[in-house]
Amino acid sequence: MSMFNSKKPFSLQVNMDNFLPATAEEKAYMVQMRPSTTFFKDGMKRLLKNKVATVSMIVIIIIALAAIFIPIFWPYAYENQLGNQPGKPVDNSYANLRPFEYGSTEQRLIDEGEKIFPHVFGTDAAGRDYFIRIVYGTRISLAVGFFASIIVLIIGFVIGAISGYFGGKVDMVIMRIVDVFYSLPDMLMIILLASVIRNPLQAALEGTSLEKLGSNMISLFIVFGVLYWVSMARQIRGQILALKEQEYVLASRTAGAKGKWIIMKHLFPNCIGIIVVYTALQIPSAIFTESYLSFLGLGVNAPMPSLGSLTSDALNGINSYGYRLVIPAIVISLIVLSLNLFGDGLRDAFDPKLNS
Amino acid sequence: MDSKTVAYIIKRIILAIVTIWVVMTVTFFVMHFVPGGPFTSEKAVSPSVQAAMEAKYGLDKPLIQQYGTYMKDVVTKFDFGPSLKQKGRMVVDIIGDGLKTSVKLGLIAAVWGTIVGIVLGAIAALKRNSVIDRIIMVISTAFISMPGYIVGSLLLLIFAVNLRWLPANGTTAKGLILPIITLGLSPMANFVRLTRSSMLDVLGQDYIRTARAKGVSNTKIIFGHALKNALIPDITYFGPMLAYIVTGSLVVEQIFSVPGIGRAFVSSIINRDYTMVMGTTIVLAVLIVVMTLISDILYKVVDPRIDFS
Repeated sequence: MSMFNSKKPFSLQVNMDNFLPATAEEKAYMVQMRPSTTFFKDGMKRLLKNKVATVSMIVIIIIALAAIFIPIFWPYAYENQLGNQPGKPVDNSYANLRPFEYGSTEQRLIDEGEKIFPHVFGTDAAGRDYFIRIVYGTRISLAVGFFASIIVLIIGFVIGAISGYFGGKVDMVIMRIVDVFYSLPDMLMIILLASVIRNPLQAALEGTSLEKLGSNMISLFIVFGVLYWVSMARQIRGQILALKEQEYVLASRTAGAKGKWIIMKHLFPNCIGIIVVYTALQIPSAIFTESYLSFLGLGVNAPMPSLGSLTSDALNGINSYGYRLVIPAIVISLIVLSLNLFGDGLRDAFDPKLNS
Repeated sequence: MDSKTVAYIIKRIILAIVTIWVVMTVTFFVMHFVPGGPFTSEKAVSPSVQAAMEAKYGLDKPLIQQYGTYMKDVVTKFDFGPSLKQKGRMVVDIIGDGLKTSVKLGLIAAVWGTIVGIVLGAIAALKRNSVIDRIIMVISTAFISMPGYIVGSLLLLIFAVNLRWLPANGTTAKGLILPIITLGLSPMANFVRLTRSSMLDVLGQDYIRTARAKGVSNTKIIFGHALKNALIPDITYFGPMLAYIVTGSLVVEQIFSVPGIGRAFVSSIINRDYTMVMGTTIVLAVLIVVMTLISDILYKVVDPRIDFS
């Protein structure tokens, strides 16, 4: 329907037809065919369509729930040497049990009518329930991966945002530093730092609440934070560089907004996609590194288990207890594989630009 | 080579030099602040070594002067000082001994991983979506995700402990077979994926269609046109591959008791043989940085279309 009277094209008289109520047919145009969607909903839909990513996500959730909840009700503790009770001589019948096998002491107790919870994966050389050690090792690996990635995210975001937002000389200096960090042989630096900072750290932590966590674990976090922020910073900087040229940022600036406000209110929310994707992709690599260091004996402090240290302990008894090697090997491979596949799916779903 | 390429190469060389300098400086200062480290006068070190360190670096002199001496010795004479734990031996000699075995191990692993990876990747691309392609891709994905120490330990369990086909100890030539297989698997898997995707890319190009239209034989297309161009992206992986092999050899040599530099490095960390840790870190870092530099430059020279800016 035209604004003007089609019969008299040069008339300035208003066409009253324009002000008639809309017919049902015309209203049908305005009906929403599909509910409007948000960036997050859209991404989730794409993610759930990806079968591999969905299966990986379910696997991760199951493993994470098991790692969190099993230790709560499991009757054995990871550091508990069953044959070694205070005030009694060491009972060797608890050591090196095979899966679902009972030691002679336990057998006697069962004969006497007592209920003994089975050792699903047997026990290790020190008489500790192997199943709970695996569960606990998984817990540690997941926790290290998660928290290390958060640390990387924070440092990477702050530096990347500063570099991208201020640009110019600040950006140039930061990017040259990033270049150097990027070309550092990361694993060697991690080993070097992990091996030297844990002793001084041990002394520094003495008596504090962090002592229980162990100096090795904290040194792991420090090392991750120091070395792995670079790729996150690069991604964030690229995103911010593109975003700050957008009109709404200009509008906000015209209205008098300052740096902090613009970063937190406009730039940060638009970086969330990239942040989630890169943090998710960081987790398996952090888990990988932690288990590698633990395997070399530079990871978590004994008796705390990690999947890496369980594997290296299993090498000592490899001739008779091969399954002790196979179990942590399967768990860590499953975790790293499904986290990687899930991260890839997340990237495809939430960052379609990177989908190459 | 145009001026842009030259500028890129110069930039990369400067970056490499700066990186190596940072590694050396960080190692030196980190070691300086370790209690019981080589530069403190504590009793952790035997008197003879202490005396040697004293004579070499002058431990009472200012820090910056010790740093200068250390850097000068390393750069001009490859001299990393005496080992703190192995009496009367210089760090550089221990590293040299270890490198002989490790370089052999790493080179063979790199060569087999590269060749097998490229061949399997090309096959997967040519037989796209077939059963063979699927099998190759599943296996390579698995080997990329599995940490090297897991692969090594499992191979040890299967082939040395259960089947008893190969020795578990890597001191003999036959004993090196398993470590070599372990180290090469992850590079192989990476080459499979790289080659497959770039080969698929090349096979879809117009000049391949033109060649087919002209009636060029399939073999000639694959070897003369497709593979040649598909291999270019593989060059970028040479640097990361070496980095993987260096760090992988630390655990692999541990698992199979191979008397190489990786094992020496790990035991020096555990024994707190700090001069040895410093020396090995620097040598391995230089190796990785230089290899990455070479592979980046090679990539740029081979394919000048690539724009790094």
